[in-house]
Amino acid sequence: MKVGLFIPCYVDQFYPQVGIATLSLLEKLGLEVSYPLGQTCCGQPMANSGYEKLSRGCEDLFVKNFSGFDYIVSPSGSCVLHVKEHMHSQNENVSRIHNSIFELTEFLTDIIKIEKLNVSFPYKVGLHQSCHGQRGLRLSQMSELVANDFSKPEKLLSMVNGLQLISLDRADECCGFGGSFCVAEEAVSVKMGKDRITDHLQHEADFITGADMSCLMHLEGILRRQKNKARVIHIAEILNGRK
Amino acid sequence: MKNMSRNDHATLANKFNHDEARVNWHDKTLWFVRQKRDKAAKQLPEWEQLRARASQIKAKVLSHLHEYLLEFEKNAVDNGVNVHWAETPEEHNAIVHKIICDHGVDKIVKSKSMLTEECHLNEYLERHGITVIDTDLGERIVQLAGEPPSHIVLPCIHWKKEEIGALFHQHLGTPEGNADPVLLTEAARQHLREKFLTSKVAITGVNFAVAETGEIVVCTNEGNADLGVQLADVHIACMGIEKIVPSRKDLGTFLRLLARSATGQPITTYSSHFRKPRAGQQMHIVLVDNGRSERLASDDFRNALKCIRCGACFNTCPVYRRSGGHSYHTAIAGPIGSILAPALDMKQYGDLPFASTLCGSCSNVCPVKIDIHDQLYKWRQLIVEQGYSSWQKTKGMQVLSNALTSPERYERQGKFLRWLLRKLPFLVKNKFNPWYKQRELPQVPDESFKEWYRKNRKG
Repeated sequence: MKVGLFIPCYVDQFYPQVGIATLSLLEKLGLEVSYPLGQTCCGQPMANSGYEKLSRGCEDLFVKNFSGFDYIVSPSGSCVLHVKEHMHSQNENVSRIHNSIFELTEFLTDIIKIEKLNVSFPYKVGLHQSCHGQRGLRLSQMSELVANDFSKPEKLLSMVNGLQLISLDRADECCGFGGSFCVAEEAVSVKMGKDRITDHLQHEADFITGADMSCLMHLEGILRRQKNKARVIHIAEILNGRK
Repeated sequence: MKNMSRNDHATLANKFNHDEARVNWHDKTLWFVRQKRDKAAKQLPEWEQLRARASQIKAKVLSHLHEYLLEFEKNAVDNGVNVHWAETPEEHNAIVHKIICDHGVDKIVKSKSMLTEECHLNEYLERHGITVIDTDLGERIVQLAGEPPSHIVLPCIHWKKEEIGALFHQHLGTPEGNADPVLLTEAARQHLREKFLTSKVAITGVNFAVAETGEIVVCTNEGNADLGVQLADVHIACMGIEKIVPSRKDLGTFLRLLARSATGQPITTYSSHFRKPRAGQQMHIVLVDNGRSERLASDDFRNALKCIRCGACFNTCPVYRRSGGHSYHTAIAGPIGSILAPALDMKQYGDLPFASTLCGSCSNVCPVKIDIHDQLYKWRQLIVEQGYSSWQKTKGMQVLSNALTSPERYERQGKFLRWLLRKLPFLVKNKFNPWYKQRELPQVPDESFKEWYRKNRKG
């Protein structure tokens, strides 16, 4: 099984530890993982801002870098959703990519079907459901629907020794990052982030985790400004066993 | 290149956020309604099937709208109803005005109708010397305050009861400082009772128009539509052409969904069917297009016409709850308003599709399964394509795209950016950077993942 590792641009530049944790976690499972060095970005920053036409170059690069793999795995629900839903080129390689790209927690749950992890993380942890992963990729059930509950990230976190998952008043409210929304609508974006943080802190979270570093980057920015001791951590870092 | 108005959503939302305690209150009030909706929906195990069915019925209506409208018109005319067609808001307002003039009255009562809000009927009639009294309590409150509604179902949800007490003291003479809801409601009842009793013309909206029978259904909790119509000599019902349902039996699906989605009630207190005028009464139905036919032709945006105006997407929207209805500067605010308004005027409402994080909660709460967040995304593309985006934003996107479409440029510029953040942080840590206003920037790592990978895996 040849796995191509897709590390989103902002993770590459600002959160290399998330890429390292993802790679190391997949390698520990005995998978043959490689990271194509010619990759940049999925094109979402332009497309979500209304400039889908300016994301064609990214799309071509993506196809070029990721066409030869059985699976493409990425520690970001949002970027994976973008590739799945908005990569439009009508060719065989693109439809193969649509079907072979997975967000990390769904890959571990649905493809690898892991049942146990030998790691521990003895803290109170709040899980932030990133909207694109949750509602877009269906990583977990959303509160709007009348349907059975499930959660792929929660299932994985339940395998971590000592980890105490806290419950939240609003299980799946958006954090307000939203790509360019976070600067174009600064006031509402920050207010949404502050409200998410309050929910986690009221339930005594030591850490806020999630499957999308972009949400966590936004929440981290607010937490650090508030000089709060609670921290954010990407789910890959917990699942890989944090050093 | 056209620029957005200074009263765009972001600016108005920023103003709304100056009073954080009020934002908290607004958010909690609407979240409470969303929770009531959840509770009501979860009592029906067949909820998702109902949504699917409603969506399919509406799809059928939209694909045969022409035939259904003609069927509705024929049956309504046979029932003794006068049917009028209006292509534009101006035509609609002129038709309503003429009917009122024909009866020689200068004041009328009106129950809630988002269509008349869309057409700005009140302003039009007031300009022509006709006094309009909104009889829905929430609408009457905002009308007394000289404001538009901030929510399609809960028009004065942004008002606190103490503020309503002060407003009623000023306009209705209630005791100063009294905000007792029972007292205020009673005062409103007495005030409105006099208006009902003396109005010869009553305007209502329409929730559903049944093609099979030519009847209309109006849903209210206050019975104000019924009282208005039953006491008046003339009933004028105003509706968008998309309000059609094929037959009476379809109402079972929609009436079960509407109130549960709107407020968490199993059904509205009054679901009144108006089929024909009483003896001696006149009944008029005005059918309005206002861009709907054009939207019907669009594969991307057609589904927006399925909307039954329940407001569930407002209550669930994390942005709406924290920016308030008036930040959308249009009659229909919230997520659904953000996909309806640009169709009417892309220049004026081009900001609205960007007033969203695309979280997708709206599409999943919607009782007729409108793909609201996908349409927001598509509107963004169209707005940019048609040139309704600022040149600064276009330039920024071109620079970003240029950096991201070459691995070499991406790596070089990424490295430079990280160097800059470390060495000259004041360039980004300043008040001109909206990120930095209330958030710290990410801490800059020594090396990128790619650099680490080269060293550690592809040595």
